[in-house]
Amino acid sequence: MNANDNLIRLSNGQVLSKETIDGDIATINFGPTHPATHGIFQNILTVDGEKILNSVQTVGYIHRAFEKLAERRPYNQITPITDRLNYCSSPINNLGWHMTVEKLLQVKVPKRVDYMRVIIMELARIADHLICDSIIGVDTGALTSFFYPFSEREKIYELYEEMCGARLTTNMGRIGGFDKDFNPVFHAKLKEFIRTFPAAFEEWNGMLERNRIFMDRTKGAGPISAERALAYGFTGPNLRAAGVDYDVRVMHPYSSYEDFDFIIPVGVNGDTYDRFMVRQEEIRQSLRIIEQAYNNLPEGPFHAEVPEFFLPDKKDVYNNMEALIYHFKIIMGESEVPVGEVYHSVEGGNGELGYYLISDGGRSPYRLQFRRPCFIYYQAYPEMITGSNISDAVITLSSINVIAGELDA
Amino acid sequence: MGKIEDLEVINGEGYQLTTLDKAVALARANSVWPLPFATSCCGIEFMATMGSMYDLSRFGMERMSFTPRQSDLLIVAGTISKKLGPVLQKVYEQMAEPKWVLSVGACASSGGIFDTYSVLQGIDRIIPVDVYVPGCPPRPEQIIDGVMNIHRLVKHEPMRRRYSEEYRHLLSEYKIEVTNAENDK
Amino acid sequence: MQKMTNSALAEALNSLLGERIVTSEELYDTLVVEVSSADAFSVIETLKLDPKLSFNFLTLIGGVHYPENPGRELCVVYHLHSWKNAIRLRIKAYLPAENPSIQSLTSLYETANWMERETFDFFGIKFENHPNLTRILNMDDMDYHPMLKEHPLEDGTREDKDDRFFGR
Repeated sequence: MNANDNLIRLSNGQVLSKETIDGDIATINFGPTHPATHGIFQNILTVDGEKILNSVQTVGYIHRAFEKLAERRPYNQITPITDRLNYCSSPINNLGWHMTVEKLLQVKVPKRVDYMRVIIMELARIADHLICDSIIGVDTGALTSFFYPFSEREKIYELYEEMCGARLTTNMGRIGGFDKDFNPVFHAKLKEFIRTFPAAFEEWNGMLERNRIFMDRTKGAGPISAERALAYGFTGPNLRAAGVDYDVRVMHPYSSYEDFDFIIPVGVNGDTYDRFMVRQEEIRQSLRIIEQAYNNLPEGPFHAEVPEFFLPDKKDVYNNMEALIYHFKIIMGESEVPVGEVYHSVEGGNGELGYYLISDGGRSPYRLQFRRPCFIYYQAYPEMITGSNISDAVITLSSINVIAGELDA
Repeated sequence: MGKIEDLEVINGEGYQLTTLDKAVALARANSVWPLPFATSCCGIEFMATMGSMYDLSRFGMERMSFTPRQSDLLIVAGTISKKLGPVLQKVYEQMAEPKWVLSVGACASSGGIFDTYSVLQGIDRIIPVDVYVPGCPPRPEQIIDGVMNIHRLVKHEPMRRRYSEEYRHLLSEYKIEVTNAENDK
Repeated sequence: MQKMTNSALAEALNSLLGERIVTSEELYDTLVVEVSSADAFSVIETLKLDPKLSFNFLTLIGGVHYPENPGRELCVVYHLHSWKNAIRLRIKAYLPAENPSIQSLTSLYETANWMERETFDFFGIKFENHPNLTRILNMDDMDYHPMLKEHPLEDGTREDKDDRFFGR
């Protein structure tokens, strides 16, 4: 409260004069179990009528101690944990972890593995953006926008199932590459997906993109400027919606991303409509990358030679002593890595997902820290909603795509 | 008023002879309104179950009520940490009788892969659970199987079970007080 | 694409900071620099404001616990990123186990706020001048810092899992 009795200063710097407020100040608990908070976060809002004056957050309702759990598990067995970070796009987390360990082992993977990884990661990115944007639609009241993308996600799930057997928490790939190549069913399904997805996507997109009601609701809701977004450490679609074109795939390319031709969509205002539009355009760009990668898929092995981490063929295990020993060591989790520390980051579905790995030469990491973008976005949430209505707070929360599993790790 | 053990159900032209228990149970089973308490990955599979491919609306359950007062089935999908335990217990206590609990996924049933200091090793530490659905995450078909098991439980539940001494004893083990008008004389 | 090499960065740091850098080595593909804990804030401020280096982005703050190094048990690791030069830098500051305390970066980077709260929650490292240094992920009434190596992963009071069968 300002010294001047007639003015009230809000936490985002906005100043309201006392005539504009209703003087009807209440404290509302928004969460942790609330249909509109996607995941469990609690916000205690101080509202004046409908206008939010202040908000205090509590997180940690799904803290599962990933970092401590990773110190116990051997390197192969950490992949299922990384699944559960941003579980809407789990292959990106898995493959990012494998790339981190490969960096530590200084292993170069074949080109075919790079392209296969790009295809899987871009499919995961499409899946993540489909969920996020459909939920923005649901929160503005368009419940139909939930059903259309979810049937497209089923197609992506079928592609995952061909590669790893699971739908959601995929545990995809191995350190050094993949455990199996693309089989004919995968090829057929991927071709079908590339052929039919654009039309299905445009049908759903057309319901929301130029929809008068949707635009009125989302334009101007939860804005953040580029300077504040940078100070808060934003990356990914939320930062690109504010106008800054930072993309880890372009600044520090990994897994042969420099071979592909794609544009980085950038917004103007950093409000909910821009975040929605940036994600929609990224879906189109991801499909473009998948087409390029699939059409130019090079021949070659589908894994690198990393015998300490990659299971040998079963016929070798039964006939060859060395393969038997490697098999035993890998399954029991006794493979060792060199001493060192690396930091590797990938462009996750939601921003720069980083892995900071310190190894002391043993069978499990000494310290593994995840740089989780959702944790960083949620800190900026009070600044984005102060001064707006409660309904705008709801769609702002769904548009910054905070996934509880990644926020609390 | 005695107890009828075995009544033969007779369907006739414009009339039916059955017990009130069965009639009420039939009505309840076909109109279960769930409260999705979805915390993590199992929540996304639950959303896929609600989607058009594995339609949950075939049971009349597409009306998700997020208020405990108006719901019958508490679907706990995802990891429950110790910080969230009291919240879950409060939501359970706020639900009106009769209520059932479906625990979806390994984390809700037993803590799952997270045997850590911060995760509650199964929600049956704090609330009574009716059906457990294993999996990490379970496929939508498995969740539908769990829901069908709930329906089977609902169809065979006697009407007075929630007022019985047995039920009160069950809930007292979780330190939950059963308050209903008949017993508070 | 990295526009500046690590050796060029090492030289620039040397000329800018000189003696304030305790050790500097290149690990895997990143330059890792150690500074003293009292100096960390001003070093990072210099790096942020320098027009040529301009480390404008703070990627991550984390802690590490080395119980076997007396006097240097806790380490705070800062990951900085300069977009102008597309280069990353890692800065480490070691702290003793009794009363570990270091200046907070919240006035330089807004994002340091929650990252430092998380480090405090897990390791017990105190950040001076932090606006709200409280636990963030764990329960508020927890009385120990869980990521320290002496604390176990599992909850010791659980009775449904028998440690003998779980290989603990």
